[in-house]
Amino acid sequence: MEDRHRHSILKVENLSIGYKSRTSSTVVASNINFQLEKGELIGLVGANGIGKSTLLRTLIKVQPPLAGNVLLNDQKLEDIASVELAQQLSIVLTEQITSKNLSVQELVALGRYPYTNWIGNFTDADYRIVNKALESVNIKDLKDRKCYELSDGQLQKVMIARALAQDTDIIILDEPTTHLDMYHKAYILKLLQRLTKETNKTILFSSHEIDLAIQLCDTMIVMRHDKVIYDQPCRLISKGVFETLFPEDLISFDNKTGSFRVSK
Amino acid sequence: MKTQNTYRIQFLVLVLAVVLCFLLNLSLGSVHIPIKSIFGSFFGSTDNSTWDVIITNYRLPKAITAILVGSGLGISGLLMQTLFKNPLAGPFVLGISSGASLGVAFVILGSGLFGGIVAATLVSKWSIVMASSLGSFLVLLAVLAVSNKVRDTMAILIIGLMFGSITAAVVSVLSYFSSAEQLQQYIFWGFGSLSNLSWNEILIFFGIYAVGIILSIASIKGLNSLLLGDNYAKSLGLNLKQSRFVIILSTSLIAGTITAFAGPIAFIGLAIPHLTRQIFKTSNHKVLLPAVFLLGAVVMLICDSIAQVPTTDYTLPINAITALVGAPVVIWLLVRQRKMMF
Repeated sequence: MEDRHRHSILKVENLSIGYKSRTSSTVVASNINFQLEKGELIGLVGANGIGKSTLLRTLIKVQPPLAGNVLLNDQKLEDIASVELAQQLSIVLTEQITSKNLSVQELVALGRYPYTNWIGNFTDADYRIVNKALESVNIKDLKDRKCYELSDGQLQKVMIARALAQDTDIIILDEPTTHLDMYHKAYILKLLQRLTKETNKTILFSSHEIDLAIQLCDTMIVMRHDKVIYDQPCRLISKGVFETLFPEDLISFDNKTGSFRVSK
Repeated sequence: MKTQNTYRIQFLVLVLAVVLCFLLNLSLGSVHIPIKSIFGSFFGSTDNSTWDVIITNYRLPKAITAILVGSGLGISGLLMQTLFKNPLAGPFVLGISSGASLGVAFVILGSGLFGGIVAATLVSKWSIVMASSLGSFLVLLAVLAVSNKVRDTMAILIIGLMFGSITAAVVSVLSYFSSAEQLQQYIFWGFGSLSNLSWNEILIFFGIYAVGIILSIASIKGLNSLLLGDNYAKSLGLNLKQSRFVIILSTSLIAGTITAFAGPIAFIGLAIPHLTRQIFKTSNHKVLLPAVFLLGAVVMLICDSIAQVPTTDYTLPINAITALVGAPVVIWLLVRQRKMMF
C-alpha cells in the first residue's frame, strides 16, 4: 500500500490562469506546476491581487484554464462529470451561503447530496457520515441551531463539516481564516491539519496567515509576480522565497523566527 | 437515531384546515347550504335539487379552482424566491402576468383599433384565455431565452420587471384609444375571478397545473442545493443551467395557466411562502413544498369565502381580497422580524 500512500490527488501541469473574453485574454499567472499528495495540508499564499482566488477558481472548475492541465485523480478536470466531480472535490468559499435559515445539521447533510437519489433522500449511512463530520469539527452541540445564530468562527466550522460530509479526496478552501480573530485563525488551520492526519484527505487552502501556514503546512504554494513556487515550508525559507513576497520598504521576513516584521 | 423533524402535527392541522375550509367554502355564499346537505349532494341523495345544481355546477368547480390557484401560486412563489435568492420574488416577477395582461389588453382594448368584426367574434371568454396564455407563453419564451444567455439571476429578475414596464406602457396606449365599455371589461378581467370555470376548463387547467407541480417536485433537490448559493450548488454536482430552466418552466406553466383562467391574482404567491416559513421553521423544500401547497389552498379558500360576502348577492373582486389579506401579512412579517428569512 506504499504506492497508494504516495498517490497524487491533484496534479497541475504548465497551467496558465486568467480571464478570457471574446477579444482578448488576460493572463494572471502562468507556468504553474505542482502535485498534491494524499493526506497533505497545502497552504496557498501570496499578496493581494496576485491571483490566488483565480487559481482556486480554476482548480474547482468554476473558470476554465487558459492553457495547461489540471488532473484530479489522473483525470482531466474538464472531462469529469459534475456529479462525479462532486464526489471527488469539495469546497469552502468566502461567499456567504444564501439561506441562513437552515439548521446546522440540515446544512451539513447537504454535503451528502452527490450520493442521494433524485429527490435527495438520506439513508442511515448518510446520517452516520453527517454525525461523524459534526464530531470531527467539534460542533455536535450546535446541531439544531440555525445558521443565522452562529458566529463567524462557528459558521466556518460548519462549512468545513459540510465539506467533510461530502467525503471527497480533496477539500479546497478559499481564505478560511478571514473575519476570524487570532485564536480562531489558529484553531481553524490547526483543525485542518488534524483532519488531514485523521482522514487522510488532501486539504488545500489559501490564506494571508503566512506565519501560521509555515508552521502547519506540509507543503506550500507561493504565488509571486515572477513565478509560482511549490515546496516544503522549511525549504522555501532557506531559498529566501518569502523575503521577496512583499515590497521590502514596509515589512521584511525574519528567517530565524519564520515570521514577518514591520520595518522600523 | 433522531434524524429530521417531520412536522407531523403541523401537516395534520393543515390537512384538516383544507378540508374544513373546503366544506365551509361550499356552504357559504349568497345561499347558505348546510354542510349536512353538501355531503348529501355528494352522494346523490338530497332533499333540495336547487342546492344540488348550485353545488355541482357552481360552488364545487369554484372551490376546486380556489385550491388549484392558491396552491399553485404559493408553490411558484416559493420556487422564485429560492431561485432568485430574493424574499420579494413572486410568481409574477418573470413578467408572466404582464404578458398575460398584454395579451388580454390586445384582445379587449385592441379590438377597437382592429375593427368591429374582429371585436364581435374575438371577445369571448375563450379568446381571453387564449390571449393571456399566448401572452404569458411569449414572455416566458423570452425569459427562458434570456436565462440561457445571462448567467446572473438578478439580471433575469430585472428583465422581468422591464417586461412589466413595457406592458404597462402598451396597455396605457391601448386604453387611450378604447371605449369606456372596453376599458371596463379589461378592468374586470384584472379583478380576477375563480368562478365561471366549467368542468371541461378545470380539466385543462388541472392538466397543465399537474405538469408544473411534477416539475417542481423534481426540482426539490436542486432547490435545496441552491440555498447554499450558485457555486456551492454546482460543487454538489447540480447542473445549474438545467435546474434553472426546469424551475422557470415549472413556475411559468403554473402561474401562466392560473393567470389565463383566473386573472392576475396578487400577493398570494409572495405571501404564502413567508407565512409557511413562520409555521415550518425550515428552508428544506421537501417540507416547504407540500406545506405551501396546503397553506396556499387554505388561504385561497378563505379569501374566496370572504369575497362571496356570505348571505348577500355581492361578489367582491378576488384580487382585492387577496391583496387585503396578503399585504398586511408581509408588513406584519417585516415588522416582527425586521428581516425576511428564506
